[in-house]
Amino acid sequence: MPDTPESPAAPPQGPVLFYTPTLVDHFVNPRNVGELPDSETDGYGLVGDPSCGDQMKLWIGVKFGRIARIAFKSYGCPGAIATSSMLTHLALGLTLEDARRLTDDDVVEALGGIPEAKKHCSLLGVKALQAALDDRERREAERPETAKP
Amino acid sequence: MIYLDSNATTPLRPEALEAMLPFLSERQGNPSSPHRAGHEARAAVEEARRRIAARLGFEPEEIVFCASGTEADNLALRGVTRALRKKGRHLVTSAIEHHAVLHTARDLERDGWEVTSLPVGPDGAVRPEALAAALRDDTVLVTVMRANNDTGVVQPVAELAALCRERGVVFHTDAVQSAGKLAERPGDLGAGLVTVSAHKLYGPKGVAALCVRRGTPLSPVTTGGGHERGLRAGTENVAGIVGFAAAVDLAFEALAADGPRLAALRDRLEARVLARVDGVRVNGAGAPRVPNTSSLSFRGVDGESIVLGLDVRGICVSTGSACSTGDPEPSHVLLAMGLGPRAAQGSIRISLGRTTTEADVDATATALLETVTRLRAISSAPDAEG
Repeated sequence: MPDTPESPAAPPQGPVLFYTPTLVDHFVNPRNVGELPDSETDGYGLVGDPSCGDQMKLWIGVKFGRIARIAFKSYGCPGAIATSSMLTHLALGLTLEDARRLTDDDVVEALGGIPEAKKHCSLLGVKALQAALDDRERREAERPETAKP
Repeated sequence: MIYLDSNATTPLRPEALEAMLPFLSERQGNPSSPHRAGHEARAAVEEARRRIAARLGFEPEEIVFCASGTEADNLALRGVTRALRKKGRHLVTSAIEHHAVLHTARDLERDGWEVTSLPVGPDGAVRPEALAAALRDDTVLVTVMRANNDTGVVQPVAELAALCRERGVVFHTDAVQSAGKLAERPGDLGAGLVTVSAHKLYGPKGVAALCVRRGTPLSPVTTGGGHERGLRAGTENVAGIVGFAAAVDLAFEALAADGPRLAALRDRLEARVLARVDGVRVNGAGAPRVPNTSSLSFRGVDGESIVLGLDVRGICVSTGSACSTGDPEPSHVLLAMGLGPRAAQGSIRISLGRTTTEADVDATATALLETVTRLRAISSAPDAEG
């Protein structure tokens, strides 16, 4: 299911070695880029890949048990940016339980594959989502009982 | 398409292709054959050898044709150490060599050779004092490239070669990135062995030369029918060698005009990028460089992402040596110059060619500004230094 790019950019032209058109699209027009304000953030994750220096920050906002808002920022190679974008695209709207079950293989499959050397990139987004979900659980546990919905 | 990756390869000159075509069709003889078809091929190879030797500053019998610069480097390192294995067990190279030298030296290390890797200064150049300190009584070979493929920084090869001559040590230089770019004959540098590759100077892929100054000890690595004076067995790549000669002639004839023109275009590109993009450094700017090469580091973004960002706009640049594409390791050359891993990771190499225009360079500067700005807006670490 194609969705609307947030910012129109020049369409890819010419052959782009190694990468699928879907991956290039998510690199050129990444979905859900940005940060959520504190007031809308229910969980936040920051993860790094020590093997290549890539880094991802992920914010989630939860409503009625589902991921209602999601935003990310990533430093890294095209694989890191595209897998981050696809991860947010897949996670948006999922129940927290389903979001927990997202794997790096789901991200790679949705991108139509990824070069072997870039496989490790796809873990970045999954780890960031897990970290944000963990953070959300911590915040829930710390909230006074009366404030829980 | 704007092709700015000439240090990876260059397009074949039409004149070289023209010269090659007969040897890919009707003139198909083997230069070693004892009949007219063989003689015809032999004559073409020897005529090409004479022309290449004259341009590079060697005698025709000092040219050994190989299939690639990598193979020529392998012959130099393995052939000299093999010939001198009873004389010593130490060789010296530098931290910024091409993988053809770096990985071959590492392989020799596994065979029991001791290897000293010379450091470079922040400008990317080897210091002759460092070589003087590294030479030992059992040193048999020193190999330092003439120009670096990532930064274009020119190494003080004549000084290094002179030091080696004083000490009776064989000196090899990989001149793949300087031949046809610098106004010099590689043979005038004083090296015993010089590597030159055809496809970096608008010749065909699959052919290169190891120039071996008479008297330089060298054992063959490939044995067989005794081709190339017994130093590199295997039927000659006749068409490739003919194309190589045509390309070498044209490259050296064009040098006087192309060198200054490319330097001016490179300087224009760097000035435009520096004026319009924050957080950029030009690697090796403090040292003499070949005129076509620019190594740029951008704060807070990844080099591969810049390369893909430019690629989708039809502009071809590189993150560095093409051999390491897909490899998450940042450039060993930039790390050796003292860049941090992040800064090295945020680097690209732009290498201009003979058909590059002012419009190409200006379009690239604009595309770089847009790409880097966009990537920094996505980046979780837009201010990350080194």
